[in-house]
Amino acid sequence: MEILVCVKRVPDTAENEIVVNSSGSDIERGDLVYSVNEWDNYAVEEAIQIRDRVGGSVTVVTVGDEESEEVLRREMAMGADKGILISDPAFEGSDGKGIASILKAEVEKGKYDLILTGAQADDGAAQVGGMLAAMLDLPFASLVNKIEIVNDKTIKVGREVEGGNQEMNEISLPCVLSIQTGINEPRYVGIRGIRKVASVEIPVHKAADLGIDPAKVGKAGAKVKKVDYFIPPAGKGAEILEGSSEEIADKLIELLKAKGGIK
Amino acid sequence: MALSIFALIGHKNGAADDSAFELAAAAKAIDAGASVTAVVCGAGSELDSVCQAVSATYPTVWKVNHAALAYPNAEALRPALAKVLPKGAIVLMAHDTLGMDLGPGLSIKLDAAFVPDVVGIDGLDGNVLKLVRQEFGGQVSTHIQCDIGDGAVINVRSGAFQPTGDAVSGSVVDKSGDVGDIQPKRKYLETVVAEVGDVDITKADVLVSVGRGIEDQENISIAQELADAIGAVVSCSRPIVDAKWLEKSRQVGTSGKTVKPKVYIALGISGSFQHLGGIKGNPFMVAINKNPKAPIFQVADVGVVTNLLEFVPELTERIKEKK
Repeated sequence: MEILVCVKRVPDTAENEIVVNSSGSDIERGDLVYSVNEWDNYAVEEAIQIRDRVGGSVTVVTVGDEESEEVLRREMAMGADKGILISDPAFEGSDGKGIASILKAEVEKGKYDLILTGAQADDGAAQVGGMLAAMLDLPFASLVNKIEIVNDKTIKVGREVEGGNQEMNEISLPCVLSIQTGINEPRYVGIRGIRKVASVEIPVHKAADLGIDPAKVGKAGAKVKKVDYFIPPAGKGAEILEGSSEEIADKLIELLKAKGGIK
Repeated sequence: MALSIFALIGHKNGAADDSAFELAAAAKAIDAGASVTAVVCGAGSELDSVCQAVSATYPTVWKVNHAALAYPNAEALRPALAKVLPKGAIVLMAHDTLGMDLGPGLSIKLDAAFVPDVVGIDGLDGNVLKLVRQEFGGQVSTHIQCDIGDGAVINVRSGAFQPTGDAVSGSVVDKSGDVGDIQPKRKYLETVVAEVGDVDITKADVLVSVGRGIEDQENISIAQELADAIGAVVSCSRPIVDAKWLEKSRQVGTSGKTVKPKVYIALGISGSFQHLGGIKGNPFMVAINKNPKAPIFQVADVGVVTNLLEFVPELTERIKEKK
Protein backbone atom coordinates (compact mmCIF):
# COMPACT_ATOMS: atom_id res chain seq x y z
CA MET A 1 0.00 0.00 0.00
CA GLU A 2 1.35 3.42 -0.99
CA ILE A 3 0.71 5.83 1.87
CA LEU A 4 1.21 9.61 1.99
CA VAL A 5 1.21 11.36 5.36
CA CYS A 6 0.88 15.16 5.52
CA VAL A 7 2.71 16.64 8.49
CA LYS A 8 3.34 20.11 9.94
CA ARG A 9 6.08 21.69 12.02
CA VAL A 10 4.47 23.48 14.97
CA PRO A 11 5.46 25.04 18.32
CA ASP A 12 5.46 22.29 20.93
CA THR A 13 2.86 23.46 23.47
CA ALA A 14 4.11 21.01 26.08
CA GLU A 15 7.47 22.83 25.99
CA ASN A 16 6.34 26.43 25.51
CA GLU A 17 4.15 29.07 27.00
CA ILE A 18 2.42 30.81 24.10
CA VAL A 19 2.58 34.60 24.35
CA VAL A 20 1.27 37.26 21.96
CA ASN A 21 3.94 39.71 20.70
CA SER A 22 3.72 43.44 21.45
CA SER A 23 2.03 44.40 18.17
CA GLY A 24 -0.35 41.45 18.20
CA SER A 25 0.78 40.47 14.71
CA ASP A 26 1.95 37.03 15.84
CA ILE A 27 2.90 34.97 18.86
CA GLU A 28 6.44 35.37 20.24
CA ARG A 29 8.34 32.81 18.19
CA GLY A 30 11.92 33.67 19.19
CA ASP A 31 12.40 31.10 21.93
CA LEU A 32 9.86 28.52 20.85
CA VAL A 33 10.75 24.86 20.67
CA TYR A 34 9.27 23.37 17.50
CA SER A 35 8.31 19.80 16.86
CA VAL A 36 6.13 17.73 14.60
CA ASN A 37 2.41 18.26 15.24
CA GLU A 38 1.35 15.62 17.77
CA TRP A 39 -1.60 14.32 15.70
CA ASP A 40 0.65 13.95 12.64
CA ASN A 41 3.07 11.83 14.61
CA TYR A 42 0.28 9.33 15.35
CA ALA A 43 -0.60 9.36 11.63
CA VAL A 44 2.98 8.53 10.64
CA GLU A 45 3.19 5.73 13.22
CA GLU A 46 -0.07 4.27 11.88
CA ALA A 47 1.22 4.46 8.29
CA ILE A 48 4.45 2.67 9.26
CA GLN A 49 2.52 -0.08 11.06
CA ILE A 50 0.22 -0.60 8.04
CA ARG A 51 3.21 -0.76 5.66
CA ASP A 52 4.91 -3.29 7.94
CA ARG A 53 1.76 -5.46 7.87
CA VAL A 54 0.80 -5.31 4.19
CA GLY A 55 3.87 -3.93 2.39
CA GLY A 56 4.27 -0.76 0.33
CA SER A 57 5.89 2.53 1.29
CA VAL A 58 5.32 5.60 3.44
CA THR A 59 6.02 9.12 2.17
CA VAL A 60 5.87 12.12 4.50
CA VAL A 61 5.19 15.54 3.02
CA THR A 62 5.02 19.02 4.49
CA VAL A 63 4.28 22.52 3.23
CA GLY A 64 6.63 24.88 5.00
CA ASP A 65 9.93 26.72 5.06
CA GLU A 66 13.35 25.06 4.94
CA GLU A 67 13.29 24.52 8.71
CA SER A 68 10.36 22.17 8.20
CA GLU A 69 12.83 19.68 6.78
CA GLU A 70 13.74 18.68 10.34
CA VAL A 71 10.28 17.25 11.01
CA LEU A 72 10.46 15.22 7.79
CA ARG A 73 13.78 13.76 8.94
CA ARG A 74 12.32 13.00 12.35
CA GLU A 75 9.45 11.07 10.76
CA MET A 76 11.87 9.29 8.42
CA ALA A 77 13.90 8.29 11.47
CA MET A 78 10.67 6.72 12.80
CA GLY A 79 10.51 4.63 9.63
CA ALA A 80 8.95 6.65 6.81
CA ASP A 81 10.63 5.77 3.50
CA LYS A 82 10.62 9.15 1.76
CA GLY A 83 10.22 12.82 2.54
CA ILE A 84 9.04 15.69 0.33
CA LEU A 85 9.37 19.35 1.28
CA ILE A 86 6.94 21.67 -0.50
CA SER A 87 8.34 25.15 -0.15
CA ASP A 88 7.89 28.40 -2.02
CA PRO A 89 7.63 32.02 -0.84
CA ALA A 90 4.37 32.15 -2.82
CA PHE A 91 2.79 29.74 -0.29
CA GLU A 92 3.20 32.10 2.68
CA GLY A 93 -0.06 33.25 4.22
CA SER A 94 -2.09 30.44 2.63
CA ASP A 95 -5.37 29.63 4.33
CA GLY A 96 -6.54 26.05 4.84
CA LYS A 97 -7.89 25.87 1.32
CA GLY A 98 -4.55 27.11 -0.05
CA ILE A 99 -2.61 24.42 1.83
CA ALA A 100 -5.07 21.75 0.68
CA SER A 101 -4.74 22.85 -2.96
CA ILE A 102 -0.93 22.71 -2.73
CA LEU A 103 -1.11 19.19 -1.28
CA LYS A 104 -3.60 18.19 -3.98
CA ALA A 105 -1.03 19.07 -6.64
CA GLU A 106 1.55 16.90 -4.88
CA VAL A 107 -0.87 13.97 -4.46
CA GLU A 108 -1.63 14.06 -8.19
CA LYS A 109 2.07 13.67 -9.01
CA GLY A 110 2.11 10.29 -7.24
CA LYS A 111 -0.16 7.30 -6.90
CA TYR A 112 -1.34 6.83 -3.34
CA ASP A 113 -3.85 4.37 -1.89
CA LEU A 114 -4.10 6.07 1.46
CA ILE A 115 -3.54 9.70 2.45
CA LEU A 116 -3.34 10.53 6.13
CA THR A 117 -3.30 13.84 8.01
CA GLY A 118 -3.42 14.62 11.71
CA ALA A 119 -6.94 15.41 12.93
CA GLN A 120 -5.81 18.97 13.74
CA ALA A 121 -2.71 21.05 14.42
CA ASP A 122 -1.66 24.13 16.40
CA ASP A 123 -4.48 26.30 15.08
CA GLY A 124 -7.12 23.69 15.97
CA ALA A 125 -8.73 24.06 12.57
CA ALA A 126 -9.10 20.38 11.58
CA GLN A 127 -9.72 21.38 7.98
CA VAL A 128 -6.99 20.37 5.52
CA GLY A 129 -7.76 16.63 5.31
CA GLY A 130 -11.45 17.12 4.53
CA MET A 131 -10.69 19.83 1.97
CA LEU A 132 -8.02 17.73 0.28
CA ALA A 133 -10.39 14.78 -0.01
CA ALA A 134 -13.12 16.95 -1.54
CA MET A 135 -10.67 18.47 -4.04
CA LEU A 136 -9.52 14.98 -5.07
CA ASP A 137 -13.11 13.60 -5.06
CA LEU A 138 -11.99 10.91 -2.63
CA PRO A 139 -13.94 9.61 0.36
CA PHE A 140 -12.92 11.03 3.74
CA ALA A 141 -13.23 10.13 7.41
CA SER A 142 -12.13 12.38 10.27
CA LEU A 143 -11.02 11.62 13.84
CA VAL A 144 -9.96 8.08 12.94
CA ASN A 145 -8.84 5.98 15.89
CA LYS A 146 -8.78 2.56 14.25
CA ILE A 147 -7.78 1.28 10.79
CA GLU A 148 -8.33 -2.28 9.66
CA ILE A 149 -7.17 -3.24 6.18
CA VAL A 150 -9.81 -5.50 4.60
CA ASN A 151 -8.31 -5.82 1.10
CA ASP A 152 -6.67 -3.59 -1.49
CA LYS A 153 -9.98 -1.86 -2.26
CA THR A 154 -11.61 -1.50 1.14
CA ILE A 155 -10.68 -0.68 4.71
CA LYS A 156 -12.64 -0.38 7.94
CA VAL A 157 -12.12 2.72 10.04
CA GLY A 158 -13.27 3.69 13.51
CA ARG A 159 -14.09 7.36 14.18
CA GLU A 160 -13.97 8.74 17.68
CA VAL A 161 -17.34 10.41 18.24
CA GLU A 162 -19.04 12.09 21.22
CA GLY A 163 -18.91 10.29 24.55
CA GLY A 164 -15.84 8.27 23.56
CA ASN A 165 -17.96 6.01 21.36
CA GLN A 166 -16.45 4.58 18.20
CA GLU A 167 -18.28 4.85 14.89
CA MET A 168 -17.23 2.03 12.57
CA ASN A 169 -17.31 2.62 8.80
CA GLU A 170 -16.33 0.81 5.66
CA ILE A 171 -14.56 3.10 3.21
CA SER A 172 -13.24 2.46 -0.28
CA LEU A 173 -9.63 3.12 -1.35
CA PRO A 174 -8.07 5.44 -2.22
CA CYS A 175 -9.25 7.68 0.60
CA VAL A 176 -8.16 10.46 2.94
CA LEU A 177 -8.27 9.97 6.71
CA SER A 178 -7.54 12.40 9.53
CA ILE A 179 -5.98 10.62 12.48
CA GLN A 180 -6.90 11.14 16.12
CA THR A 181 -4.35 10.84 18.94
CA GLY A 182 -4.40 7.58 20.89
CA ILE A 183 -4.81 5.37 17.79
CA ASN A 184 -1.39 3.83 18.56
CA GLU A 185 1.72 4.46 20.63
CA PRO A 186 4.19 6.38 18.43
CA ARG A 187 7.68 4.94 18.69
CA TYR A 188 10.49 6.86 20.31
CA VAL A 189 13.02 8.51 18.00
CA GLY A 190 16.54 8.77 19.33
CA ILE A 191 19.43 10.93 18.18
CA ARG A 192 20.97 7.89 16.53
CA GLY A 193 17.88 7.35 14.40
CA ILE A 194 17.93 10.95 13.23
CA ARG A 195 21.66 10.71 12.39
CA LYS A 196 20.95 7.70 10.20
CA VAL A 197 18.72 9.72 7.91
CA ALA A 198 20.69 12.97 8.16
CA SER A 199 22.19 12.64 4.70
CA VAL A 200 19.15 11.27 2.87
CA GLU A 201 18.21 13.71 0.15
CA ILE A 202 14.80 15.34 0.53
CA PRO A 203 13.44 16.81 -2.69
CA VAL A 204 12.03 20.35 -2.55
CA HIS A 205 8.98 21.03 -4.71
CA LYS A 206 8.17 24.62 -5.63
CA ALA A 207 4.99 26.13 -7.04
CA ALA A 208 6.30 25.79 -10.61
CA ASP A 209 7.23 22.11 -10.06
CA LEU A 210 3.65 21.43 -9.04
CA GLY A 211 2.00 23.59 -11.68
CA ILE A 212 0.48 25.85 -9.04
CA ASP A 213 -0.64 29.37 -9.97
CA PRO A 214 0.93 31.60 -7.26
CA ALA A 215 -2.07 33.95 -7.41
CA LYS A 216 -4.38 31.16 -6.19
CA VAL A 217 -2.38 30.33 -3.04
CA GLY A 218 -0.60 32.31 -0.34
CA LYS A 219 -1.99 35.54 1.00
CA ALA A 220 -3.31 36.58 -2.42
CA GLY A 221 -5.56 33.55 -2.76
CA ALA A 222 -6.77 33.39 0.83
CA LYS A 223 -10.42 34.11 1.53
CA VAL A 224 -9.77 33.59 5.23
CA LYS A 225 -7.23 35.92 6.81
CA LYS A 226 -5.88 36.11 10.32
CA VAL A 227 -5.89 39.78 11.34
CA ASP A 228 -4.15 39.53 14.70
CA TYR A 229 -3.59 37.56 17.87
CA PHE A 230 -4.92 38.70 21.22
CA ILE A 231 -5.61 37.57 24.74
CA PRO A 232 -9.34 37.91 25.40
CA PRO A 233 -10.22 40.17 28.33
CA ALA A 234 -10.11 38.03 31.43
CA GLY A 235 -13.42 36.93 32.79
CA LYS A 236 -14.02 36.60 36.50
CA GLY A 237 -11.14 34.15 36.62
CA ALA A 238 -9.95 32.07 39.52
CA GLU A 239 -9.04 33.54 42.89
CA ILE A 240 -5.33 32.76 42.95
CA LEU A 241 -4.19 31.62 46.39
CA GLU A 242 -0.94 33.25 47.54
CA GLY A 243 1.44 32.68 50.41
CA SER A 244 3.72 29.89 51.55
CA SER A 245 2.78 26.43 50.36
CA GLU A 246 1.65 25.64 53.90
CA GLU A 247 -0.64 28.66 53.97
CA ILE A 248 -2.00 27.85 50.56
CA ALA A 249 -2.64 24.24 51.57
CA ASP A 250 -4.52 25.36 54.67
CA LYS A 251 -6.69 27.81 52.73
CA LEU A 252 -7.42 25.16 50.17
CA ILE A 253 -8.38 22.61 52.82
CA GLU A 254 -10.75 25.13 54.40
CA LEU A 255 -12.40 25.85 51.03
CA LEU A 256 -12.65 22.19 50.08
CA LYS A 257 -14.27 21.37 53.43
CA ALA A 258 -16.81 24.16 52.97
CA LYS A 259 -17.71 22.90 49.48
CA GLY A 260 -17.96 19.24 50.45
CA GLY A 261 -14.70 18.29 48.77
CA ILE A 262 -13.26 16.49 51.78
CA LYS A 263 -15.18 13.53 53.11
CA MET B 1 -29.06 43.08 0.78
CA ALA B 2 -29.95 40.63 3.49
CA LEU B 3 -27.95 37.42 3.58
CA SER B 4 -29.31 33.91 3.23
CA ILE B 5 -28.06 31.87 6.16
CA PHE B 6 -28.65 28.14 6.55
CA ALA B 7 -28.19 26.25 9.83
CA LEU B 8 -27.59 22.52 9.60
CA ILE B 9 -29.49 20.93 12.46
CA GLY B 10 -27.88 18.06 14.38
CA HIS B 11 -30.38 15.64 15.88
CA LYS B 12 -30.66 12.27 17.52
CA ASN B 13 -33.67 10.02 18.19
CA GLY B 14 -36.10 12.66 16.99
CA ALA B 15 -34.72 15.48 19.15
CA ALA B 16 -32.68 18.46 17.95
CA ASP B 17 -29.24 18.97 19.51
CA ASP B 18 -28.72 22.01 21.77
CA SER B 19 -26.48 23.41 19.03
CA ALA B 20 -29.56 23.79 16.79
CA PHE B 21 -30.70 26.75 18.90
CA GLU B 22 -27.21 28.15 19.40
CA LEU B 23 -26.76 28.36 15.60
CA ALA B 24 -29.83 30.61 15.36
CA ALA B 25 -28.13 33.01 17.78
CA ALA B 26 -24.90 32.83 15.75
CA ALA B 27 -26.87 33.65 12.57
CA LYS B 28 -28.32 36.74 14.29
CA ALA B 29 -24.82 37.84 15.29
CA ILE B 30 -23.74 37.66 11.63
CA ASP B 31 -26.69 39.67 10.31
CA ALA B 32 -29.78 40.41 12.38
CA GLY B 33 -31.76 40.98 9.19
CA ALA B 34 -30.75 37.77 7.43
CA SER B 35 -33.27 35.20 6.35
CA VAL B 36 -32.31 32.13 8.36
CA THR B 37 -33.34 28.64 7.34
CA ALA B 38 -32.91 25.47 9.37
CA VAL B 39 -31.92 22.42 7.31
CA VAL B 40 -32.94 19.09 8.83
CA CYS B 41 -31.50 16.07 7.03
CA GLY B 42 -32.23 12.45 7.82
CA ALA B 43 -34.61 9.63 7.04
CA GLY B 44 -38.01 8.61 8.28
CA SER B 45 -40.71 9.97 10.52
CA GLU B 46 -38.36 11.08 13.31
CA LEU B 47 -37.49 14.07 11.11
CA ASP B 48 -40.96 15.52 11.67
CA SER B 49 -40.52 16.01 15.41
CA VAL B 50 -37.12 17.64 14.81
CA CYS B 51 -38.60 19.97 12.17
CA GLN B 52 -41.45 20.87 14.49
CA ALA B 53 -39.09 21.60 17.39
CA VAL B 54 -36.84 23.94 15.36
CA SER B 55 -39.77 25.67 13.63
CA ALA B 56 -40.33 27.51 16.92
CA THR B 57 -36.89 29.13 16.42
CA TYR B 58 -36.42 29.29 12.65
CA PRO B 59 -38.93 31.00 10.32
CA THR B 60 -38.25 28.44 7.59
CA VAL B 61 -37.32 24.79 8.01
CA TRP B 62 -36.15 22.65 5.11
CA LYS B 63 -36.81 18.97 5.56
CA VAL B 64 -34.52 16.69 3.56
CA ASN B 65 -35.70 13.09 3.85
CA HIS B 66 -33.59 10.48 2.04
CA ALA B 67 -32.76 6.84 2.83
CA ALA B 68 -29.02 7.50 2.41
CA LEU B 69 -29.20 10.09 5.22
CA ALA B 70 -30.60 7.70 7.85
CA TYR B 71 -27.32 7.85 9.75
CA PRO B 72 -25.52 11.23 9.72
CA ASN B 73 -22.73 10.11 7.37
CA ALA B 74 -20.85 13.18 6.11
CA GLU B 75 -20.02 11.37 2.87
CA ALA B 76 -23.75 11.23 2.05
CA LEU B 77 -24.69 14.59 3.58
CA ARG B 78 -22.06 16.52 1.64
CA PRO B 79 -23.36 15.77 -1.88
CA ALA B 80 -26.97 16.12 -0.65
CA LEU B 81 -26.31 19.60 0.76
CA ALA B 82 -24.30 20.62 -2.30
CA LYS B 83 -27.43 19.95 -4.38
CA VAL B 84 -30.00 21.46 -2.02
CA LEU B 85 -28.21 24.68 -0.97
CA PRO B 86 -28.21 27.71 -3.27
CA LYS B 87 -25.01 29.23 -4.60
CA GLY B 88 -23.44 31.76 -2.24
CA ALA B 89 -25.18 30.34 0.85
CA ILE B 90 -23.78 31.00 4.32
CA VAL B 91 -23.92 27.62 6.06
CA LEU B 92 -23.62 27.23 9.83
CA MET B 93 -23.06 23.94 11.62
CA ALA B 94 -21.80 22.78 15.00
CA HIS B 95 -18.06 22.11 15.23
CA ASP B 96 -18.70 18.63 16.59
CA THR B 97 -17.54 15.26 15.25
CA LEU B 98 -20.08 15.51 12.41
CA GLY B 99 -19.24 19.12 11.61
CA MET B 100 -15.52 18.33 11.46
CA ASP B 101 -16.28 15.47 9.09
CA LEU B 102 -18.59 17.48 6.87
CA GLY B 103 -17.68 21.18 6.90
CA PRO B 104 -14.22 21.43 5.28
CA GLY B 105 -15.18 19.30 2.26
CA LEU B 106 -18.59 20.96 1.91
CA SER B 107 -16.86 24.35 1.56
CA ILE B 108 -14.87 22.94 -1.37
CA LYS B 109 -17.99 21.50 -3.04
CA LEU B 110 -19.78 24.86 -2.64
CA ASP B 111 -16.67 26.80 -3.66
CA ALA B 112 -17.15 28.78 -0.46
CA ALA B 113 -14.83 29.99 2.30
CA PHE B 114 -14.46 27.86 5.44
CA VAL B 115 -13.86 28.92 9.03
CA PRO B 116 -13.69 26.19 11.69
CA ASP B 117 -14.41 26.28 15.42
CA VAL B 118 -15.69 29.87 15.64
CA VAL B 119 -16.16 31.18 19.20
CA GLY B 120 -17.20 34.77 18.46
CA ILE B 121 -18.80 36.85 15.70
CA ASP B 122 -17.99 40.57 15.40
CA GLY B 123 -20.40 41.22 12.52
CA LEU B 124 -20.29 41.98 8.85
CA ASP B 125 -18.48 44.72 6.93
CA GLY B 126 -19.57 44.51 3.30
CA ASN B 127 -18.51 41.03 2.17
CA VAL B 128 -16.11 40.60 5.06
CA LEU B 129 -17.34 38.59 8.02
CA LYS B 130 -15.37 39.27 11.22
CA LEU B 131 -14.93 36.27 13.48
CA VAL B 132 -13.01 35.14 16.54
CA ARG B 133 -11.18 31.81 16.87
CA GLN B 134 -8.72 30.34 19.34
CA GLU B 135 -5.35 28.67 18.78
CA PHE B 136 -2.97 26.59 20.87
CA GLY B 137 -5.71 24.95 22.91
CA GLY B 138 -7.30 28.26 23.87
CA GLN B 139 -4.08 29.96 25.04
CA VAL B 140 -4.46 32.76 22.46
CA SER B 141 -7.33 34.13 20.38
CA THR B 142 -7.30 35.47 16.83
CA HIS B 143 -9.47 37.87 14.85
CA ILE B 144 -10.38 36.40 11.48
CA GLN B 145 -11.66 38.14 8.37
CA CYS B 146 -13.51 35.91 5.96
CA ASP B 147 -14.55 36.92 2.44
CA ILE B 148 -18.09 35.55 2.14
CA GLY B 149 -18.72 36.92 -1.36
CA ASP B 150 -19.02 33.37 -2.76
CA GLY B 151 -20.62 31.97 0.37
CA ALA B 152 -19.11 30.39 3.45
CA VAL B 153 -19.26 27.35 5.69
CA ILE B 154 -18.84 28.36 9.33
CA ASN B 155 -18.37 25.71 12.02
CA VAL B 156 -19.47 27.10 15.38
CA ARG B 157 -18.15 25.86 18.71
CA SER B 158 -20.82 24.25 20.90
CA GLY B 159 -21.74 26.46 23.84
CA ALA B 160 -20.18 29.61 22.36
CA PHE B 161 -23.57 31.23 21.64
CA GLN B 162 -26.57 31.39 23.95
CA PRO B 163 -29.97 30.69 22.36
CA THR B 164 -31.97 33.92 22.20
CA GLY B 165 -35.26 32.30 23.12
CA ASP B 166 -37.16 34.34 20.51
CA ALA B 167 -40.17 32.32 19.39
CA VAL B 168 -41.47 32.23 15.82
CA SER B 169 -43.99 30.08 14.05
CA GLY B 170 -41.93 28.68 11.21
CA SER B 171 -43.07 26.70 8.21
CA VAL B 172 -41.63 23.38 7.05
CA VAL B 173 -40.74 23.00 3.37
CA ASP B 174 -39.99 19.53 1.99
CA LYS B 175 -36.82 19.66 -0.09
CA SER B 176 -36.30 15.88 -0.32
CA GLY B 177 -36.94 15.88 -4.06
CA ASP B 178 -33.85 18.01 -4.75
CA VAL B 179 -31.38 15.43 -3.44
CA GLY B 180 -31.48 12.83 -6.20
CA ASP B 181 -29.20 9.82 -6.20
CA ILE B 182 -26.41 9.55 -3.60
CA GLN B 183 -23.73 6.86 -3.75
CA PRO B 184 -21.39 7.46 -0.79
CA LYS B 185 -18.06 5.63 -0.83
CA ARG B 186 -18.22 5.28 2.92
CA LYS B 187 -20.73 3.08 4.66
CA TYR B 188 -21.71 3.30 8.33
CA LEU B 189 -21.47 -0.10 10.01
CA GLU B 190 -22.09 0.25 13.74
CA THR B 191 -21.32 2.30 16.84
CA VAL B 192 -19.15 0.62 19.44
CA VAL B 193 -20.22 2.05 22.79
CA ALA B 194 -17.41 3.13 25.13
CA GLU B 195 -16.54 0.61 27.83
CA VAL B 196 -17.59 1.22 31.38
CA GLY B 197 -14.48 0.97 33.52
CA ASP B 198 -13.97 -0.29 37.07
CA VAL B 199 -14.89 3.16 38.43
CA ASP B 200 -17.81 5.27 37.24
CA ILE B 201 -16.50 8.85 37.28
CA THR B 202 -19.92 10.16 36.23
CA LYS B 203 -21.31 9.23 39.66
CA ALA B 204 -18.52 10.82 41.73
CA ASP B 205 -19.19 13.92 43.88
CA VAL B 206 -15.52 14.82 44.08
CA LEU B 207 -13.03 14.30 41.25
CA VAL B 208 -9.26 14.70 41.31
CA SER B 209 -8.48 15.05 37.63
CA VAL B 210 -4.98 14.79 36.13
CA GLY B 211 -3.62 16.25 32.92
CA ARG B 212 -0.38 16.47 31.01
CA GLY B 213 1.22 18.45 33.87
CA ILE B 214 1.53 15.25 35.87
CA GLU B 215 4.49 14.56 33.52
CA ASP B 216 4.99 10.87 34.23
CA GLN B 217 2.92 7.74 34.74
CA GLU B 218 4.54 7.18 38.13
CA ASN B 219 3.20 10.55 39.31
CA ILE B 220 -0.42 9.42 38.89
CA SER B 221 -0.01 8.04 42.43
CA ILE B 222 0.26 11.65 43.67
CA ALA B 223 -3.29 12.25 42.44
CA GLN B 224 -4.51 8.90 43.74
CA GLU B 225 -3.14 9.62 47.22
CA LEU B 226 -4.88 13.00 47.31
CA ALA B 227 -8.10 11.35 46.11
CA ASP B 228 -7.82 8.66 48.80
CA ALA B 229 -7.27 11.28 51.48
CA ILE B 230 -10.41 13.24 50.61
CA GLY B 231 -12.66 10.43 49.43
CA ALA B 232 -12.53 11.38 45.76
CA VAL B 233 -12.21 9.49 42.49
CA VAL B 234 -9.35 10.02 39.99
CA SER B 235 -10.29 11.15 36.48
CA CYS B 236 -8.14 12.65 33.73
CA SER B 237 -7.87 14.61 30.49
CA ARG B 238 -7.24 13.19 27.06
CA PRO B 239 -3.39 13.13 26.90
CA ILE B 240 -3.32 10.80 29.92
CA VAL B 241 -5.51 8.28 28.09
CA ASP B 242 -3.52 8.69 24.84
CA ALA B 243 -0.38 7.84 26.82
CA LYS B 244 -2.25 4.80 28.23
CA TRP B 245 -1.56 5.90 31.81
CA LEU B 246 -5.24 5.60 32.76
CA GLU B 247 -8.25 3.84 31.24
CA LYS B 248 -10.44 5.62 28.68
CA SER B 249 -13.35 5.28 31.12
CA ARG B 250 -11.59 7.83 33.37
CA GLN B 251 -11.45 10.54 30.68
CA VAL B 252 -13.49 13.74 31.16
CA GLY B 253 -14.36 15.66 28.01
CA THR B 254 -16.41 15.73 24.83
CA SER B 255 -14.60 12.63 23.59
CA GLY B 256 -14.82 11.04 27.04
CA LYS B 257 -17.33 11.14 29.88
CA THR B 258 -19.57 13.98 30.95
CA VAL B 259 -19.29 14.42 34.72
CA LYS B 260 -21.39 16.41 37.22
CA PRO B 261 -19.36 16.50 40.46
CA LYS B 262 -19.78 19.01 43.30
CA VAL B 263 -16.03 19.59 43.46
CA TYR B 264 -13.51 19.26 40.62
CA ILE B 265 -9.78 19.47 41.35
CA ALA B 266 -7.75 19.87 38.14
CA LEU B 267 -4.09 18.94 38.46
CA GLY B 268 -1.90 20.01 35.54
CA ILE B 269 -4.89 20.36 33.19
CA SER B 270 -4.65 23.29 30.75
CA GLY B 271 -8.42 23.46 30.23
CA SER B 272 -9.11 22.96 26.53
CA PHE B 273 -12.74 23.45 25.51
CA GLN B 274 -12.99 19.76 24.71
CA HIS B 275 -12.10 18.95 28.32
CA LEU B 276 -14.33 21.65 29.87
CA GLY B 277 -17.19 20.49 27.64
CA GLY B 278 -17.33 17.31 29.71
CA ILE B 279 -17.82 19.11 33.04
CA LYS B 280 -21.44 20.01 33.80
CA GLY B 281 -23.40 21.24 36.81
CA ASN B 282 -21.03 24.13 37.62
CA PRO B 283 -18.89 22.40 40.28
CA PHE B 284 -16.55 24.23 42.67
CA MET B 285 -13.35 24.03 40.65
CA VAL B 286 -9.79 24.13 41.94
CA ALA B 287 -6.97 24.40 39.39
CA ILE B 288 -3.36 23.61 40.24
CA ASN B 289 -1.02 24.37 37.35
CA LYS B 290 2.44 25.85 36.95
CA ASN B 291 1.44 27.89 33.87
CA PRO B 292 -0.38 31.04 35.07
CA LYS B 293 -1.73 31.54 31.52
CA ALA B 294 -3.44 28.14 31.40
CA PRO B 295 -7.07 28.66 30.26
CA ILE B 296 -8.25 26.54 33.22
CA PHE B 297 -7.66 29.56 35.50
CA GLN B 298 -10.35 31.45 33.56
CA VAL B 299 -13.02 28.99 34.58
CA ALA B 300 -11.79 27.73 37.96
CA ASP B 301 -13.05 29.23 41.23
CA VAL B 302 -9.71 28.91 42.99
CA GLY B 303 -6.24 28.54 41.52
CA VAL B 304 -2.77 27.68 42.73
CA VAL B 305 0.13 28.53 40.42
CA THR B 306 2.79 26.08 41.44
CA ASN B 307 4.62 22.86 40.64
CA LEU B 308 1.96 20.32 41.46
CA LEU B 309 4.48 17.50 41.85
CA GLU B 310 5.79 19.23 44.97
CA PHE B 311 2.64 20.93 46.21
CA VAL B 312 0.09 18.13 45.98
CA PRO B 313 1.97 15.63 48.19
CA GLU B 314 2.31 18.42 50.77
CA LEU B 315 -1.40 19.14 50.54
CA THR B 316 -2.22 15.46 50.95
CA GLU B 317 -0.02 15.20 54.07
CA ARG B 318 -1.64 18.30 55.52
CA ILE B 319 -5.12 16.86 54.97
CA LYS B 320 -4.11 13.60 56.68
CA GLU B 321 -2.59 15.50 59.64
CA LYS B 322 -5.79 17.46 60.15
CA LYS B 323 -8.05 14.42 60.11
